[in-house]
Amino acid sequence: MRSARWLVALPFLGILVGTAFANQVEPLVLGMPFVLAWIVGWVVVGAAAMAFVYTTDPINSAPKGEDGRDCS
Amino acid sequence: MNAALLVIGLATLGALALGLAAHRGVRMTLEQWTVAGRGFGGLLVFLLTAGEIYTTFTFLGGSGWAYGRGAPTFYILAYGSLAYFMSYWLLPPIWRYAKRERLLSQPHFFSRKYDSPWLGVLVAAVGVVALAPYLVLQFQGLGIIVSIASYGSISPTAAIWIGAATVTIYVMISGMHGVAWNAAVKDALILVVVVFLGVYLPVHYYGGFGEMFRAIDAAKPGFLVFKPTGQSVLWFQSTVLLTALGFFMWPQMFSAVLTSKREQTFRRNAALLPLYQLILLFAFFCGFAAILKVPGLTGTLADQALLRLSVQTFDPWFVGVIGAAGVMTALVPGSIILVSAATLLANDVLRPLRPELSDSTIALTMRGLVPLIALLAVYFTLNNPPTLVALLLMGYAFITQLFPAVLCSLLPRNPMTKYGAAAGIVVGVVVVAFVTETKIGFADMLPFLPARVGDVNVGFAALILNVVAAMLVSQATRPAPVAATSASR
Repeated sequence: MRSARWLVALPFLGILVGTAFANQVEPLVLGMPFVLAWIVGWVVVGAAAMAFVYTTDPINSAPKGEDGRDCS
Repeated sequence: MNAALLVIGLATLGALALGLAAHRGVRMTLEQWTVAGRGFGGLLVFLLTAGEIYTTFTFLGGSGWAYGRGAPTFYILAYGSLAYFMSYWLLPPIWRYAKRERLLSQPHFFSRKYDSPWLGVLVAAVGVVALAPYLVLQFQGLGIIVSIASYGSISPTAAIWIGAATVTIYVMISGMHGVAWNAAVKDALILVVVVFLGVYLPVHYYGGFGEMFRAIDAAKPGFLVFKPTGQSVLWFQSTVLLTALGFFMWPQMFSAVLTSKREQTFRRNAALLPLYQLILLFAFFCGFAAILKVPGLTGTLADQALLRLSVQTFDPWFVGVIGAAGVMTALVPGSIILVSAATLLANDVLRPLRPELSDSTIALTMRGLVPLIALLAVYFTLNNPPTLVALLLMGYAFITQLFPAVLCSLLPRNPMTKYGAAAGIVVGVVVVAFVTETKIGFADMLPFLPARVGDVNVGFAALILNVVAAMLVSQATRPAPVAATSASR
């Protein structure tokens, strides 16, 4: 599942590009201005994507990495 | 002597005791002092790499910017997260290489990767230059915290001296070991304090978060979003990208990475640390809560917003707890920076110049440099530096100039030659220094570009020139001929 890593592009796009389109106060989300909630949302989505990458990346379960290096 | 001062004093003594106790049972060799023998497990590495964000900068600077600037403070939340996402791929190869080559520092990494001791010296110099505003930031924060939380009975100047002395003593004796345990205590304390304040203050004064933000929006329209010009969305984008790329370029961050026992740790932390970042939200809430309750703090005074509101709200003993947490957020990063700066100067500048010196002489020099660096930082701190966030952004603008060379060196076939790397770094740093010194914006330099370009972060623009210079010089010096030195500018 090496393609899972591309999921991590999402928070970069969301924060670096998307913020331009989310720059407003209303509607408040969880009491926060929309633009702040937007950034927070992408941090959470990104962490979830990262956790998915971590669990599916074979390098984290195999005792030897793909280059044959050890993980000691 | 009031209750607040007593609590802060006890916390400072506690930090000192913990820092001193940490070196017991460890022979302080060079490798132990600088990277703790590469023996730290997951939790300590987590705290060391995370502790980087929980400094006096976030505690006071983050809330101070929320208070003084509004939306631009949100960048602080974004850049760390993006940096941690990248760390999944960035840190393991750096760590592996460093372990195999027994590297102790970041300039070491450069000089080995590019096979050029002089590049190492250059990188060490850039590191020290970038660390200076960062250390000043910690000391300045310390002065603010202690003087306000002691209700004015200790002057900021006295507080800065006491804090600098505390850090100097335990860093000289315990090195990186002293830092680690204090980092654990600091993170626990700041976590509890910031979350409590960030929830309590808005609810107590406004009845809730939504109510607070609506009140601010009504009083100061446009304050909670990025502005059309100046600190606009473009500023946000370029600043987040710049600081995210620079995040792991700090020499002390490199050192924190090298303390790890296993590379797995970084990949796991890449998912956990961004969530840990969200605690910053509560620091913002404190700053926002202060806007309508302690109005009128302008310029650098904005950094005092959180503490002023606390003094106005709580009993002295609790102000003491807040102050103690604040002191820890300045002491711990302050000591990490001191270890790094001393290592840079002794191991990465002095050693290449005088290769005949023994390990023990270098180790001794390192410890001897600690008080000198601390003194220098105290001097700058007492000479009216700008706001905390401005200081950090200055440091970031410098340190991120190292990123292109690090990234290229990790590629299977490095497209950059040592001359290219050096040229890029020199160009980037000179541009940043020039713009910071002369305060000339890019709009002034490049008048033919649309006016909005002026919002781009200075460091980011310098980074682009850096890459261009590095690529041009690398092209020119590609086969690494003997006569290439003349092309290195």
